[in-house]
Amino acid sequence: MTTKISVTGLYKIFGDRPDAALDLLNRGEAKEAILEATGATVAVQDASFDVEEGEIFVVMGLSGSGKSTLVRLLNGLIPPTSGNILIEGQDVAQAKGEVLREIRRNTITMVFQHFALFPHWSVADNVAYGLKVKGMPVADRRERAMAVLDQVGLAPWADSLPGDLSGGMQQRVGLARGLASDPQVLLMDEPFGALDPLIRREMQDELIELQKTLKKTIVFITHDLNEALLLGDKIAIMKDGRFVQVGTAQDIVSNPADDYVQAFVADIDRGRVFTARDVSTDPVTAQLHTDSAEVALHRMETAQLDALYVLDGDTVSGVVTHRDVSAALRRDGPGDTALEASLITDFTAVDQGTYLHELYGPAGNGLPIAVTDAGNRLLGVVETQDVLAQLNSDTAEKPGADASAPAVPPGIPESQSQTPEAAR
Amino acid sequence: MISPADIASIPFDDWINAFVRGWLVPNFRPFFRAAQVPVTLVLNNLNAFLLFVPMIITTAVFALAAWRWAGRGIAIFTLIGFAFIDMIGLWPETMTTLAMILTSVLFCAVIGLPLGILAARSDMFWRITRPVLDIMQTIPSFVYLVPIVMLFGVGMAPGIIATIIFAIPPMVRLTNLGIRNVRGDLTEAARAFGSTEWQMLWDLQIPLALRTIMAGLNQTLMLALSMVVIAALIGAGGLGLIVNTGLGRLDVGGATAGGVGIVILAIVLDRITQGLGEGSTVRTVSLRQVLTRTLRGKGAAPVAETSAKP
Repeated sequence: MTTKISVTGLYKIFGDRPDAALDLLNRGEAKEAILEATGATVAVQDASFDVEEGEIFVVMGLSGSGKSTLVRLLNGLIPPTSGNILIEGQDVAQAKGEVLREIRRNTITMVFQHFALFPHWSVADNVAYGLKVKGMPVADRRERAMAVLDQVGLAPWADSLPGDLSGGMQQRVGLARGLASDPQVLLMDEPFGALDPLIRREMQDELIELQKTLKKTIVFITHDLNEALLLGDKIAIMKDGRFVQVGTAQDIVSNPADDYVQAFVADIDRGRVFTARDVSTDPVTAQLHTDSAEVALHRMETAQLDALYVLDGDTVSGVVTHRDVSAALRRDGPGDTALEASLITDFTAVDQGTYLHELYGPAGNGLPIAVTDAGNRLLGVVETQDVLAQLNSDTAEKPGADASAPAVPPGIPESQSQTPEAAR
Repeated sequence: MISPADIASIPFDDWINAFVRGWLVPNFRPFFRAAQVPVTLVLNNLNAFLLFVPMIITTAVFALAAWRWAGRGIAIFTLIGFAFIDMIGLWPETMTTLAMILTSVLFCAVIGLPLGILAARSDMFWRITRPVLDIMQTIPSFVYLVPIVMLFGVGMAPGIIATIIFAIPPMVRLTNLGIRNVRGDLTEAARAFGSTEWQMLWDLQIPLALRTIMAGLNQTLMLALSMVVIAALIGAGGLGLIVNTGLGRLDVGGATAGGVGIVILAIVLDRITQGLGEGSTVRTVSLRQVLTRTLRGKGAAPVAETSAKP
């Protein structure tokens, strides 16, 4: 993977005396004090980040956090006060005039919150706008526009006016317009913010689907943490023009950098953030043909488990419970058949990427859940209580938790019961 | 009582006289004479053309235009009104007036549109333009008739130049307004896709401002019509001259006949340009549809269908 976007030390200060304000800022003055002293508004301060090719980088913040300014700095709609923005090796921060226009025509396009479609042009003409600007002949750009419209499922509406389409459809036109010139980078400024919740959900899923084939580098702006967690490969939380935390969804939910992030994280749906991998533990197993029932029973007792998985070579054959095995031993006496006799083959196996909310059902039957790979090899085991513990953001240490599993800091539900709205 | 006049008096009128007579006229008269050449050229050709075309054909064209853009009622009014003008014997004068108005409006559009675009793009330019437009609209037109006569002489062209000064402000104002009112996110989108300022102007700003610009054109046209009588004072002909002559001779019949001619012309032109302006945002698309259908040999789209579209 190569780095597509590399931003270092980016500042944007609005006002007549940005240099004076920058000086004050470097001396550690607060935003409000700078506004009072110089009349300048600090919109973005010291933003540095890298976005890899094919990654969705989500910038999440409330209104006034500077996230919309940040995205406009990336394509030069707003010139930065200082800092570097390298996109594909070109410095957008220094680019002007025709150089900047060339970058916008070929490298970066944008999708807008309120769609920003030209009301006097047909859908196809809107999609082809970037190509028209480039000077592509009419027939070619029509063909390309139709291909992209087909991708977003709007080909039949090519000759309608945008005003005749619903909000969701209009934003798909906006997306198609962004994709038409096949850019390296797609900027999305709260693209689903103006849609109603059901359509928003649908569009998020569609973007995920599209991204599987497109593999675009996307910078996505949102004020909705659930959206950020759902879409983002990497997420930056922004407050007062500054990145408070940058990390994966799991990082942010499990290790909030400060109270501000914690307040957000408090009421998100953890079941859609964490996967089976995050809560699985190293399995304690027994071999079906070589280990005796006594050995299995002994292992369960040492590990304090109620059940354990039984392997046949590398692959999983089933699960046995402590109660069944001990009952079988009492009934049949020591022997090789006890393990096989009490084997439960009707177990639940999931892959590592399965979200926890899909494990609610399986967890209900009390048996641990097997985490397997494509070859039915056991990678880990999810204990029922761990699913529920993670969902409740419980702080209980998981016995034998593997090193990659996140450690949830204590006390979140109690001390951070306030919602983000309240914190605002 | 003491008043400022006791302390000092300002010979303001002498200053203006010195400026216009002593400096402007001797130094710039050839320049102003040359400036009226294009106006005279357009006016004379247009006047000759309108006088050459038979009355029936002109009336038919206006009635058709009225029917297409303003509805059946105005079309019928055009037919009856123009026939009435012809029957009271004022057709040639009406055509001269029409030629004068079209010339003024043409020059207002040619000068006003770029000024309006400039004003929309630069706050600085708009701050300078705005008071100038205010003065042009509020200063009594008789005030600038005198220097115009001094600089341009008397006749049709000076009359038209006076009309242009009087009628151009709404064109500039409404072009500026129309372009400034184009949604900010649309211009931002155009910019984000790498369009040049010209591309943005042609693809986005002018089409979306067209409705407002047309309203400005309509206002300009109406103001030009109201200047017809005043311009006749400095030698412009047409219906204004009929009214002035009637006024001079206390010929109430003649003056009224000229006045009625102006009113009929005003109503027809107003309704047609208003219809044009109101339909313009839809028509940019429907016009294309009409053209493609015509090219495909299916005939033009019916008017009712395209105008009924929301």
